Amino acid sequence: MGVLDELTRPAGDADVVCGVPARLVAAPRDTAEAAALIKAAQGRSVVIRGGGTKLDWGPPPRSLDLIIDTRRLAGVVEHAAGDLITVVRAGTPMADLHGLPGQQLALDAPATATAGGTVATNASGPRRLRYGTARDLLIGITVVRPDGTVTRAGGRVVKNVAGYDLGKLYTGAFGTLGLITECVFRLHPVPAATAFVRATTPPLHAAKVLAGQFAASALEVSAAPGAEPELAVLLEGTPAGVRERAATVARLLGGRVGERPPEWWDVPPWSPGDVGVKLTGTLSQVPALLATAVGAGATVRGSAGAGVLYAGFPAGPDAAPDGAVGAGRAVELLRAAAVRAGGHAVVLTAPAGVRETLDMWGPVSGLALMRRVKEQFDPDHRFAPGRFVGGI
Amino acid sequence: MTSIDALAARLRAEIGPRRVLTDRQELRTYECDGLAHYKVIPALVALPGTADQVAAVVRACAETGTPFVARGSGTGLSGGALPHADGVLIVTSQLREIVEVRPEDERAVVQPGVINLQVTKAAAPHGYYYAPDPSSQQICSIGGNVAENSGGAHCLKYGFTTNHVTGLEVVTPDGERIRLGGPAPDAPGYDLLGAFVGSEGTLGVATEVTVKLTRLPETVRTLLAGFRSTDQAGAATSAIIAAGVVPAAVEMMDVLAIEAAEAAVGCGYPAGAGAVLIVELDGPAAEVEAQFAEVSALCEANGAFETRIAADDEERALIWRGRKSAFAAVGRISPDYIVQDGVIPRTALPSVLRRIGEVAAEHGIRVANVFHAGDGNLHPLVLFDDAVPGESARAETVSGAILDLCIEHGGSITGEHGVGVDKARYLPRMFSDDDLDTMQLVRCAFDPDGIANPGKVFPTPRLCGERPARRRGAHPLQESGVAEVF
Repeated sequence: MGVLDELTRPAGDADVVCGVPARLVAAPRDTAEAAALIKAAQGRSVVIRGGGTKLDWGPPPRSLDLIIDTRRLAGVVEHAAGDLITVVRAGTPMADLHGLPGQQLALDAPATATAGGTVATNASGPRRLRYGTARDLLIGITVVRPDGTVTRAGGRVVKNVAGYDLGKLYTGAFGTLGLITECVFRLHPVPAATAFVRATTPPLHAAKVLAGQFAASALEVSAAPGAEPELAVLLEGTPAGVRERAATVARLLGGRVGERPPEWWDVPPWSPGDVGVKLTGTLSQVPALLATAVGAGATVRGSAGAGVLYAGFPAGPDAAPDGAVGAGRAVELLRAAAVRAGGHAVVLTAPAGVRETLDMWGPVSGLALMRRVKEQFDPDHRFAPGRFVGGI
Repeated sequence: MTSIDALAARLRAEIGPRRVLTDRQELRTYECDGLAHYKVIPALVALPGTADQVAAVVRACAETGTPFVARGSGTGLSGGALPHADGVLIVTSQLREIVEVRPEDERAVVQPGVINLQVTKAAAPHGYYYAPDPSSQQICSIGGNVAENSGGAHCLKYGFTTNHVTGLEVVTPDGERIRLGGPAPDAPGYDLLGAFVGSEGTLGVATEVTVKLTRLPETVRTLLAGFRSTDQAGAATSAIIAAGVVPAAVEMMDVLAIEAAEAAVGCGYPAGAGAVLIVELDGPAAEVEAQFAEVSALCEANGAFETRIAADDEERALIWRGRKSAFAAVGRISPDYIVQDGVIPRTALPSVLRRIGEVAAEHGIRVANVFHAGDGNLHPLVLFDDAVPGESARAETVSGAILDLCIEHGGSITGEHGVGVDKARYLPRMFSDDDLDTMQLVRCAFDPDGIANPGKVFPTPRLCGERPARRRGAHPLQESGVAEVF
């Protein structure tokens, strides 16, 4: 029996990526086994799966022989509290990292999402305003290259400029450059106190919060057709400081202070069967971007403080509310608005049938160079083929 | 006519005669960067005034297979801008326009030759500043900061250049101008911007930089604490971090560094101190006041025999003056010195400092320690006298041993000065051949002929193999109609 037979099982009904069924599934237990698996899988197309919370993001793979499931590559290898870092295996659920003793990986993610999947998709949430995203928090990484070579970059210290910062390259690469098996993250202390301010107010008032001296950890907006837009602000720090700042922000926005976030906080504004789009733009253009998206029939939530919004709308014209347009037209409108705002519109998810009609990634600058990078790492185009920008 | 003469003639025609230097005396001006014991006279210096001119120079280099090295203000401390004897030195200091300051977007767009501090000066009237603050910020350029991923005293809280650059225009080593990232976050595709920042000029030349602007803090509070020993100061630092405080900066100096700073600038640090800590907190007033009281108490609990709190900007500047002058100040107590830059996990500080002391004593060499204690970034200053036979070799040995200590403790051979030419030989102690090979895959994608700053960072260049992989235009699947929509 070959290595591949030993390490894989036949795929089941659930082993499907965007409608494309896999033939085999493997769940390696450690980096060495993952490397052996990938060496044995030469010539086969591969998609990596963690918690599966974002497996429907991006176009379907052009072909799919093998799903590598990372969930057995799990566990916190080390939590060096005094150094504010943690070393974790890629399949570790994010829930385990949100509640390390006294400290946290300050990266919003669904509880069942994995560390590796969160890095691979560069997913983020409200607190990116204060803590940044995976690219800012990842300080070291172990990756098995498509040819089976085990390789590391970065290290275990936050401050480090030795060699290329490949962690950034793997972050958001959607598994097209190899399998992430281990991550080192910088941690933050759990704040002593937190408070939320919630206000029904026009989104352009977000600028008042940014211009003030509130050091907000998150500044979120929610808007939908026919509903009053809301802003919500997260404040963190010392009990006295948070109390004072929250009261000031509440007065400024005409809102109220609470201990808990609004129900829409960090919840994607789409349901299964909807189209979900990530919109980015410069801060001053966030209100215009929001208005366009809501005008096109979308529910929009996201970080008004960071310039990252998520828009969700029904895929079919039949299901759309009054005045809404079809999915293709809506994506065109959103993309034009995002480009005007200095950013991008990326379709993260869409139902089968609609997905195929959409240019999910949209235009990307530097694509020729990105193809050259892919060519170097994965010359046979086996890892997540077709799932990334420009058909990479 | 030699090939360099031909290149000079071409460049004079393309970018103007005054922008091309070949006179040996003029070339000599550029023979080194901030690491002055490495000297190489370049074959030609180009002083482009626009991004188009940078692209023209690089294209000419690419077409003739001529190596090129980019240089900003030349303040780097790892020899990253050391010229190539047969190559072109591209000096970006003429590209010095602040293109835009947009406080409403928290962004500024600047050319690479703009001085770091100028960005803050342009943003400050709007209530913003540019957070990365290397000690050389009065003279170092943003382009150089991008190449080196420069840090500074305040990166403990605010991060490094890479966390503050959102967009770049880059001339790739084949002479093409491309944009990476932009004013908005999370550009789709590979984070080539993230790979470029800190690549030390080996992936191309930045010609425009979009940076984040940070809101000026409401309050800044600075405390100076004198301790009997570095162990006590280290314990205080640990206690501050363990309490969940993230100061803007925590800096430490040991007795020899204090002695040098006193001799140079008379900073009046607590008499008899074996170590001083500078702790700076910034942010909303109520937060800072509460945390400041905690930090003061923790310093005293860990043995601080004197603490001073800056009452105003002037006193704050005085506290920082000793620290910021430290590198140059050791010149007062030693004819020659090596500035080392290594990183250790912060908790290893006491044992590593002890080992540094032992190694230095074994070799009869003095080491003054100045460091960013909050993030474990050491800057040992290895003191020697070149006039004493054998001493510079012993200093080199001690300096190398310090890097080995950093690696042994799971740290890094450089926290902010870069690998450059100086530490390329140490990189394999930190990374395996496979790790370095993988980094060079990126190099091969950007620069298959290896003409961008060759000989830096990597001790052994990788052969990039066949070139047909470099596709241009549409993806073949797109061309063939298989995948017109991605």
